[in-house]
Amino acid sequence: MVSPGTAAAIKRVLEATEADGLLAIEGIRKEFPGVLALDNVQLRIRPGTVHALMGENGAGKSTLMKIIAGIYQPDAGEIRLRGIPTVLKSPLDALEQGIAMIHQELQLMNWMTVAENIWIRREPKNSFGLIDHSKMVTMTEELFARLNIVLDPRAQVSELTVAQKQMVEIARAVSYESSVLIMDEPTSALTDREVEHLFSIIRDLRERGIGIVYITHKMNELFEIADEFTVFRDGKYVGTHSSKDVTRDDIIRMMVGREITDMFPKIDCPIGDVVLEVKNLNIPGVFYDISFSLRRGEILGLAGLVGSKRSNVAEALFGVTPAASGEILVNGKPVTIDSPSAAMSHGFAFLTEDRKETGCFLILNCLENIQSALITRSHVNAGFVDQSTVTKLAEEMAAKLRVKTPNLYETVENLSGGNQQKLLIARWLLTKPRILILDEPTRGIDVGAKSEIHRLITALAAEGVAVLMISSELPEVLGMSDRIVVMHEGHVSGVLDRAEANQVKIMDLAAR
Amino acid sequence: MNTSTQSIPQLTRSRRRLPSELTILLVLVGISLTFEILGWILQGQSFLANTQRLAIMILQVSVIGIIAIGVTQVIISDGIDLSSGSIVGATAMISMSLAQASSFPRALYPGLTDLPVVIPVVAGLLVGIVCGAINGFLIAYSRIPPFIATLGMMVTARGFAKWYTKGQPISFPTDSFAAIGKGLAPVLIFLAVAAVMHIVLRYTRYGKFTYAIGANRQAARVSGINVERHTVKVYAVAGLLSALAGIVVASRGLTAQAGMGTSYELDAIAMAVIGGVSLSGGRGSIPGTMIGMVIFGVIISGFTFLRLDAYYQEMLKGVIIVAAVVADVYRQRKRVKS
Repeated sequence: MVSPGTAAAIKRVLEATEADGLLAIEGIRKEFPGVLALDNVQLRIRPGTVHALMGENGAGKSTLMKIIAGIYQPDAGEIRLRGIPTVLKSPLDALEQGIAMIHQELQLMNWMTVAENIWIRREPKNSFGLIDHSKMVTMTEELFARLNIVLDPRAQVSELTVAQKQMVEIARAVSYESSVLIMDEPTSALTDREVEHLFSIIRDLRERGIGIVYITHKMNELFEIADEFTVFRDGKYVGTHSSKDVTRDDIIRMMVGREITDMFPKIDCPIGDVVLEVKNLNIPGVFYDISFSLRRGEILGLAGLVGSKRSNVAEALFGVTPAASGEILVNGKPVTIDSPSAAMSHGFAFLTEDRKETGCFLILNCLENIQSALITRSHVNAGFVDQSTVTKLAEEMAAKLRVKTPNLYETVENLSGGNQQKLLIARWLLTKPRILILDEPTRGIDVGAKSEIHRLITALAAEGVAVLMISSELPEVLGMSDRIVVMHEGHVSGVLDRAEANQVKIMDLAAR
Repeated sequence: MNTSTQSIPQLTRSRRRLPSELTILLVLVGISLTFEILGWILQGQSFLANTQRLAIMILQVSVIGIIAIGVTQVIISDGIDLSSGSIVGATAMISMSLAQASSFPRALYPGLTDLPVVIPVVAGLLVGIVCGAINGFLIAYSRIPPFIATLGMMVTARGFAKWYTKGQPISFPTDSFAAIGKGLAPVLIFLAVAAVMHIVLRYTRYGKFTYAIGANRQAARVSGINVERHTVKVYAVAGLLSALAGIVVASRGLTAQAGMGTSYELDAIAMAVIGGVSLSGGRGSIPGTMIGMVIFGVIISGFTFLRLDAYYQEMLKGVIIVAAVVADVYRQRKRVKS
């Protein structure tokens, strides 16, 4: 017989465990020098659910995930795993307690096989104490069979696609018998078919009772895969809801704390003469016979799935990787573009897809970032930069684009993604381009900055700049473009007018 | 309004950072005071209040300092130059062979004695520019790592210096050639070079491009910077300054030997790194390198002053270089975390 007190206590614990679900986060606080990243936040993950974590950049999602994965230690608060308070000392510790994280940048050893990557540190040994490779392969095959993954365990990871690597990471997480799986924007580099496969695996994991934390920017994914979602804003917990109960607008309102009325403020502006004409542009093995034209004041959308080689066309136009054959005509005259500098002399500007890799000088200040393109062409006398004029121009442009920074001498890595993107746009606007190529201009930036950039693009078109805009977000392409060129595996598969274009037609041309 | 982006200005305003040069200067002061105190305890005399010792110290580091100025801009552009010491050897030999006085009966080129001083100087500098440009071409266009390209030049230039006279030293320069490295001239040459390079790095397009390439090579390329051409220039300038150091060394010693300048490249890199020039590129300055150079000099001079064995000095030099790089890596890591 247990005493009534003990029984009550056990009951309380059981109830608490029931309420907690798999993983409960309570009152977590994390401070970095000068910034409060998380302030008294909470999160509850129930077993067998997909829980989306949403919020603008800087809302604290990644910080919390790093705490759950044992990368950061919280300053205050409690983490309970199945109702039991836990300290996650390191990523390995978290993994052993059943929490696995699939990082945005996949973390696999490229020069080892799939099986070696999964079983590292836990390799099966034969009677000599050496690694038993055939057993390891069998174990991997069994694991893959459970997850419906079709992949050769002996393949070298460096030869896999991003989607396949992700499968390996997921399999590795499952092999640890993880009960909580954190996925940080897992679909950002996947094609639609790969996303479908990933989702079927996620649903399968959910069936097995695993709790999945799913960080995403994409609203449609939330409705497609998530059961519940939690919104963070500025390091604070905003709320948790079932994804069946809300609309897209509700979520946006929760994320930004305000209404975004005109997401795509396209103004119709007069469209002038043809500025850029591209005829049969080729890079064998990459893209073939690309032809299109672009007019003054026009926004031409370039849509297509990942792997459709849209960015490669942009890079060829700007001379980053010059085309092997074909013609580029600017204002009717054929031009040779064999370097970015040549492209700039014909009035091109190119906002690249990857802000960190090919855009910003992260360790330099705002001024150096803004002026880098301008001073390759002008404002230099006898080698000396006319700094006072350039600084003035840069300040004006930064103010016009509403870049938020205390001054232009601030290091760029301290700025948010949206402000970094604005700086890069400022860089190109200073060169007074006639043809502006934008590759994913709003990728990875928060909703507020996004609509500001949309407004800016429209304003530029109204001033007569010809804009070529690549975007993976169909609503953005549809909302912003006058015409849309759709690409499929290196070929132009169709051109749609604003009036006739819709998501279905684009996807039809893009997916074939 | 979007408060997440608004919070950033506040964050950075409250975090007033000291310029990194100031931190390094404090390190210098600390080291100097340590030697001062040890001096009074162990030797019963002052370390700092001795102008002669300080003059010798500055002279000792000035020649390598000239190289360090060139190496600084190479490292800022995210490169490395291991060939400087060998270029010193090669230019010393070539310029001295064209600077011999006719009063010396066994001149290398008996028909080419008593030439005006510009000829050996220009010839020497040209050798340096060519060696540096070859480094730059290899790195920019064949895409081999700077470490390998300049290592190749290091071995080749040293081999050339030895082959030039089959290992024999060359001596007896004209008075005008000997004047180049006399007295405090090397210090003045160093200061002039440092001043010019400081202005170049801060106020010219050349400098902006150098930092941009070191900070993000791809972004520099997309900004319209001809990264390849600029890389060639940066290494050619480094070669030029190594050659200048070679001429000064030969002039000062009144003789040229194939082994001159051995391991100068490492000392020069150490000065730059101690002075806060980041081995991952994009960061550093000439004032920083100058302070790094003085730290280097103070340590060597301080050890001599304390009558420590020369072998200890060498061992310690290795420790200092590694410590400076560790400090750099630590700074980077702290930056990434916050």
